[in-house]
Amino acid sequence: MLEQTQGLHEDATDLGGRGRVSDYIALLKPRVMSLVVFTAAVGLVMAPGNQHPVLSFISIFCIAVGGGASGALNMWWDADIDAVMSRTKMRPIPAGKITRQEAFSFGIVLSFGSVLTLGLVANWVAAGLLAFTIFFYVVIYTMWLKRCTPQNIVIGGAAGALPPMVGWAAVTGDVTLVSIALFMITFTWTPPHFWALALVKSDDYQKAGVPMLPVVAGETATRYQIVLYSLLLLPVGMSPYFLGFASVFYGVGSAILGLVFLSYGIRVWRVREGDAAKKTAMSLFRFSLFYLMLIFAGLLAENMVSLV
Amino acid sequence: MSKQNAVLSEEQIKTRRGRSVAIAVTLGVLVALFYVITIVKLGPGIMARPL
Repeated sequence: MLEQTQGLHEDATDLGGRGRVSDYIALLKPRVMSLVVFTAAVGLVMAPGNQHPVLSFISIFCIAVGGGASGALNMWWDADIDAVMSRTKMRPIPAGKITRQEAFSFGIVLSFGSVLTLGLVANWVAAGLLAFTIFFYVVIYTMWLKRCTPQNIVIGGAAGALPPMVGWAAVTGDVTLVSIALFMITFTWTPPHFWALALVKSDDYQKAGVPMLPVVAGETATRYQIVLYSLLLLPVGMSPYFLGFASVFYGVGSAILGLVFLSYGIRVWRVREGDAAKKTAMSLFRFSLFYLMLIFAGLLAENMVSLV
Repeated sequence: MSKQNAVLSEEQIKTRRGRSVAIAVTLGVLVALFYVITIVKLGPGIMARPL
């Protein structure tokens, strides 16, 4: 944390006021937000109970804003390392469009607003889970784990995996085995997804002093972990079928997707040299996004069909 | 920009206007949102509640 504070070079007299509306939207990490909205919507649709569609829509909106707020607070804290990494140096704060103070205020207002509104619209269990998600992402992952352990994204992945649980709780007001299974899918998916990117961007992470697994343990250990988690993801991805809340069609589909994921992981393990290695890692990264989208789309489709 | 006698450039005035419009729209949406939430949660009997 000390390093983080020392890394700030912002002029204390800078009052800001340069940011466009699009810069504030960029602070919300819209691409991450779309994943949050999608997985939360699946949790909400799958949950048993009768919630008014308008309240469901507003609940999803609150979860999306809460997710965006944690993105803004992440950028507030990580402005120093974002400025160093090629992938993030054009973000609004390192680009000089928004001050850290502005990003912090924006994130805090949206955090409290989204949690309180979700509590009023749905229930306080869902609101509590959303507050915990923001807290986990900002304090546990961003402020603490990210800069001190190579297991940062393993544990920090919990924050990204919580939205379907929040969506489920918005309808039922509780946490059940089904919502935990939805959580586990994203939680197990996160490490191979991020480590594939880290293999390509390891120089960036090293420059920024972020102890990602390839930087600390080396690329071989990272490839081994990717295969291990890909193997684990196969049964976890199929768990909705094993637990009886998805059909055999989903079971077969998720098994095929899990096997393809594993084959990408094995390819990353085998191809280790030069540009081919980077291309293989990027292929896994792209397929992992496709995998998660299809898994949740499959669950959503099955539930939509059963509703008709 | 110093805290005193800050003179805004054309560009800054333009971006400030954009932000002001966005804040106004957000407030309007929030008012509509809370109105809809009230109607949906309390229903048409909202005015027939005992004092």
